[in-house]
Amino acid sequence: MSFELFVQNVFNSMTVGSLYALIAIGYTMVYGILRFINFAHGDVFMVGAYLIFFAEMLVPWPVAALIAIAGASLLGILVDQTAYRPLREAPRISALISAIGVSFLLENLAVVVFTGLPRPAVQPAWMVRPIAVGGLRVLPLTFLVPLVTAALVMGLLYVVYRTRPGLAMRAISRDIETTRMMGVSINRIIALTFGLGSALAAAAGIMWAMRYPQIHPYMGVFPGFKAFIAAVVGGIGSIRGAVLGGLLLGTVEVMAIAFNPTLSGYRDAFAFVLLIVILIFMPTGLLGEKNKDKI
Amino acid sequence: MEINGVTMRFGGVTAIDDLTISVPKGGITGLIGPNGAGKTTVFNVITGFYKPQKGEVVFEGRRLDGMPSHLICRLGVARTFQNIRLFEQGTVLENVMVGCHVRRSCQWWMAPLALPGFFKEERRIRNKSLDLLDKLNLASIAGHKASSLPYGAQRRLEIARALATEPAFLLLDEPAAGMNPQESSDLMSFIKKIRDEFDLSIFLIEHDMKVVMGVCSQIWVMEYGRLIARGSPAEIKSDPKVIAAYLGAQE
Amino acid sequence: MSAPLAAPAAGPAAGKPLRDGLCTVGLLLAGSFLLRWASGSLNGYQIQLLNLIAINAILALSLNFIYGFSGMFSLGHAGFMAVGAYVSALCILTPAQKATIWFLEPIVAPLATLQTSFFASVMLGGLVAALFSLLIAAPVLRLGGDYLGIATLGFAEIIRVLLTNLVPVTNGAIGLRGIPSHANLFWNYAWLVITLYVILSILKSNFGNVLKSIRDDDIAAKTMGINTTSYRTMAFCVGGFFAGVGGALMGSLITTIEPKMFNFQLTFNILLIVVAGGLGSVTGSVVGSAVITLLLEGLRIVEYPFNIDLDLGLFRVGPVHVPGVPGMRMVIFALVLMFIIIFRRQGLIGTRELSWRALFALPSKIRGLVGRKDPGAGAGG
Repeated sequence: MSFELFVQNVFNSMTVGSLYALIAIGYTMVYGILRFINFAHGDVFMVGAYLIFFAEMLVPWPVAALIAIAGASLLGILVDQTAYRPLREAPRISALISAIGVSFLLENLAVVVFTGLPRPAVQPAWMVRPIAVGGLRVLPLTFLVPLVTAALVMGLLYVVYRTRPGLAMRAISRDIETTRMMGVSINRIIALTFGLGSALAAAAGIMWAMRYPQIHPYMGVFPGFKAFIAAVVGGIGSIRGAVLGGLLLGTVEVMAIAFNPTLSGYRDAFAFVLLIVILIFMPTGLLGEKNKDKI
Repeated sequence: MEINGVTMRFGGVTAIDDLTISVPKGGITGLIGPNGAGKTTVFNVITGFYKPQKGEVVFEGRRLDGMPSHLICRLGVARTFQNIRLFEQGTVLENVMVGCHVRRSCQWWMAPLALPGFFKEERRIRNKSLDLLDKLNLASIAGHKASSLPYGAQRRLEIARALATEPAFLLLDEPAAGMNPQESSDLMSFIKKIRDEFDLSIFLIEHDMKVVMGVCSQIWVMEYGRLIARGSPAEIKSDPKVIAAYLGAQE
Repeated sequence: MSAPLAAPAAGPAAGKPLRDGLCTVGLLLAGSFLLRWASGSLNGYQIQLLNLIAINAILALSLNFIYGFSGMFSLGHAGFMAVGAYVSALCILTPAQKATIWFLEPIVAPLATLQTSFFASVMLGGLVAALFSLLIAAPVLRLGGDYLGIATLGFAEIIRVLLTNLVPVTNGAIGLRGIPSHANLFWNYAWLVITLYVILSILKSNFGNVLKSIRDDDIAAKTMGINTTSYRTMAFCVGGFFAGVGGALMGSLITTIEPKMFNFQLTFNILLIVVAGGLGSVTGSVVGSAVITLLLEGLRIVEYPFNIDLDLGLFRVGPVHVPGVPGMRMVIFALVLMFIIIFRRQGLIGTRELSWRALFALPSKIRGLVGRKDPGAGAGG
């Protein structure tokens, strides 16, 4: 293929990969501290997209973005407090089933409230006015997504590794009982984790809506699954792993079809094939840690 | 059973270092040592849960290291666990019947086919399990859920389950843990009884010195993954290295 | 313990086999008379519901076998259903129909003339689904809990993608229409009886104990000489077989299948039935199927407009026109699932089972509850 097309595809990979990475971080953080897959996370992404759609009709775009992120963040915390917290002591499967329930609830509530008709998000003009870069015409959005993602990830890593709440999060993911006994308010830190993860998912939802401006209630399903797979591939529990996994998955998806367009019907299967491969050969993921059974 | 030059490492930690133990047939042999000496790791290596980096485990002429656990059991090696691992949701009887399973010949698909041989085998398993429970004084609570039993009964149930596999070699991991003096002396006669009645070789990890000294004919002592002493109870009691290991550990 | 449901019997039935056997035969006879009456007297909608209850029960039993009894959290059920449905459809569609349906690309040659009886087609559907289970089992079953769920979910999606893309075999995204409708009350309930028989005979035997022990503590089971991998594979494949059977029957019942319908929501419905009925209870799966199927149907009313106008004597509610809200049904459904899992995790039946022994003990239990005054004496048994 031509060089231009190749570079175009590289940019696409980065964009798609960054979005997967942002969502994947939410999954990996929650799994890291609770050992639990938050099935409803992809739907928080969807809610973020709907929030920006409505908010940007009322207020200037930057404010709308903040509202969307804050709203989704609150939703994430609310879901945890009502649907997961009562099941903290229950068998893990119960929480999983509850998560699936929440996911279906959010999707169908969206159908009820917003109807299933896809809504077109308004893309601010400055984002989609192509600029010429060395022979290519690129949307500013294409640069924006990876840059914003990088900034958000940096911010998150700062919180996790340089602040006390972040230290608490890391402690909980090692040994929740001991951390509890150290006097840390577990529920508050868990709420914080959900809040942060959901905020990132909302950011992804906003950028997704800008890039693919068709918003519908089930838009979080596939990106959600794929982001989760990305988290597993990178090593569930590891934030860096989630980012790596997301970028890797985005690249595989875009590049495979770029080189062989006949495979485009199988696009969604790549993620699942990658998942199976990783689970067979490296179940703890690329950057994950082995956990041992104690007899 | 022979354990020859076995070394087991986990990451940077060497749990067992070049260990050589031989357990004679028909005897009751003890394995003691301060906490963290690697005793349970030895059991885990014998039963196939871990594969040692070096060395071999030989039982009745066959190498056990590297074999999957269920085949090791089939060859006649059974064990109990330090932290009791019963099948919590099952009844007492069901726990023991699971132990019988390793010696059956029918396949699962014979169940829907309702072959008479299948039902005969089921009855045999049930009777054998009830019989075993009777011998261990658990028959009266056969229908109770395993998780509802008092601690001592749970330990006996674990032993019953292990005996159901018709072993030649039984590994007991801290059977006297949490028992009062009366219970441990009952346990001592109990161990001797099952050794005689079921024709077993017993290998025993224990912290309770009275039990160890009273029941074992030979004792091996470990510290930090290594063998530091072996011999009869009298020899071990007066061995200065053993005393140092225990007293030192108590500091 | 409330009668007639009792704690599971200790191991293989120690009761009265002859009495139990006669009662079972009696029940089957009564059941078949009931079904004959139903097919004559009830209207089409009600018969459809009865059919759905049977098929959902088969599907719930197959998932319960894998998850409730053997402890494997498999989320790939829709995939096995799809395999069963497609295989069966390919066997019972006539060559003439096949020529018309496959209009984008002609069907693969050997399948064009394939024709079998309905029974054989369902059987084949189950067998091919079991084969897929076997293929998937190898890499996937050694994973624990959550990972197993995700991996099986992944495989179900892969199956769906394959079905959508292998047009000469499956007619792709367009799906298959006009599948001959052989799945009547007789066939559905006959297969339900077969499913119950096979699954109960395995579970009541010591193999059932073994499966439950693997569920409770895999390591201890291995140490007791049980080849846990091979038993989990067996349970997975048996469950897959009956999932294929259920899919095949469903295909013939609704006469139209397309890859899109075998999505996660379908698996979720079955999971809901299993959880609501009681994980680890055969009775629970059957009862749960009836309750949830009727509930799902009953909830349809919220999606259509209706009027409330009640005169309760003292006051009057309405007239109020409630507009139908599409999608509300699934909202309520999801809320029901969450309610069950948070407040009554063990579902309707828990792990208890209906048995003839418990049923016959019922009269004396009731006598005990009613007659005696002191609470301690009448209990137990």
